[in-house]
Amino acid sequence: MAVARFWRENASRYNLIGTKCGVCGRVYFPPRSVCPTCHRKSIGKMEPFKLKGEGEVLTYSIVHEAPSQLEMQKPYVIAIVQMDEGVRITGQIIDVELDELKVGMKVRTTLRKVSDDGAAGVIHYGYKFMPV
Amino acid sequence: MREVAIIGVGDTKFGELWDMSLRDLGIQAGLSAVYDANLSGDEIDALYLGNMSAGKFTEQEHIGALISDYSGLARDHIPATRVEAAGASGGLAFRQGVMAVASGMHDIVVVGGAEKMTDVGDTLSTEIQAMAADQQWETSFGATFPALHAMIARRHMHEYGTTREQIASVAVKNHKHGSLNPKAQFQKEIKLESVLRSLPVAEPLGMFDCAPVSDGGAAVVLCPLEKARKYTDTPVKVLASAQASDTLSLANRESLCRFDATTVAAQRAFKMAGLEPKDVQLAEVHDSYTISEILAIEDLGFFPKGKGGQATADGETTLGSKLAVNTSGGLKARGDPIGATGVAQVVELVRQLRGEADKRQVSGAEVGLAQNVGGTGATVVVQILGRVN
Repeated sequence: MAVARFWRENASRYNLIGTKCGVCGRVYFPPRSVCPTCHRKSIGKMEPFKLKGEGEVLTYSIVHEAPSQLEMQKPYVIAIVQMDEGVRITGQIIDVELDELKVGMKVRTTLRKVSDDGAAGVIHYGYKFMPV
Repeated sequence: MREVAIIGVGDTKFGELWDMSLRDLGIQAGLSAVYDANLSGDEIDALYLGNMSAGKFTEQEHIGALISDYSGLARDHIPATRVEAAGASGGLAFRQGVMAVASGMHDIVVVGGAEKMTDVGDTLSTEIQAMAADQQWETSFGATFPALHAMIARRHMHEYGTTREQIASVAVKNHKHGSLNPKAQFQKEIKLESVLRSLPVAEPLGMFDCAPVSDGGAAVVLCPLEKARKYTDTPVKVLASAQASDTLSLANRESLCRFDATTVAAQRAFKMAGLEPKDVQLAEVHDSYTISEILAIEDLGFFPKGKGGQATADGETTLGSKLAVNTSGGLKARGDPIGATGVAQVVELVRQLRGEADKRQVSGAEVGLAQNVGGTGATVVVQILGRVN
């Protein structure tokens, strides 16, 4: 996999940089260049916006059949988290006891290794969630 | 716009078909549809082919021309077009064919769908299916395709009190229907306890909540309704074909418990056909996971939101009730060769509307609906077909 493919997303993967529409003020993550509400009026007015990284779990699943990249981590937890700024993010929940998982639990992001390009390849870092 | 009829249908058996390649599947389905339509072959004006990922599954792209060539049509130089929208590829190919005939651009159009999934191993096959989701912002963070549907299921249970047993009852019902379909991958009934006890894939969903990995092909022949009687005594009319899209990522939706693209496509289709949900006697819906069928029957307007699980458990979608859902066995039991699925749904509706569905025949079937989904609802196409009296 070409290194640039992950590198170009690092701002969002490392620092939760989304966008805010300069017209209506709505926040988006991942970044968008057009606001789905304001359409044409928003072009050129979408500004970078950093999320605080806090939110609550809307739903989750414990994954037992893992892709080859995550074979050694199974079972792992994947969730959709409602961030305090209103946007929703899909990511893993780590450092959690499986029987403590519940819809509505408070979580925050942390920077972790997400995947790699094999033993000698580039390591891809990004956000995961942990209980608050 | 001209009215469009289906004058021929054909399909392969669905399953792990180790002796058949992608081109074998496409050709066998296509030839049987052409044979069923009483065509000699010279009349064919165009081919549309639904296929999700021949490149990943078999390292072969450019399969529009490939299937046309091996169907013996290379010297006729017909336009042959591959259509892709993940799981909705077949349904979209059908819609392209309908538009081509309706517009007057072509008269006789063959629409096929095929996928060869078992030429790669199980893990890779599942990873390829997940490419229907958002690779950058869902899959690469660990969201598998079953996990995305499991998260829909958990939220549906949380918001509406849908139970694990109600969700599992979709698989029991579809296996029961599949046991009556000689082309189905699984022709065996299963018990509710077997679904509940099956190996966990992505909790709360287990192996028996998931459609299988399948090889298969399906095809139909379209022509203007006014010319249909030239070829067949039992044409089936296309009353509507409508399509809608939504955010690629599940997380970006307003609600995780519905597919708005299904609702919008259905509203467009019902308007086009001048019909309402109560006018439909049978529906083939996209049950790639058990929970998907519950969403589908709610979003299509057959049951109120939150009541789909109870309705299924109560037998309101079983063969013999007012609305029979997935008489073919659905993706769960008939099988889900991705690009073939949307076309196979149409094939099942046509067999039912012609009265040729044998042991699984819906008596008095006049109107049938098909709902074909790409990804977690980012593309949905709804077809409505009617018997010609």
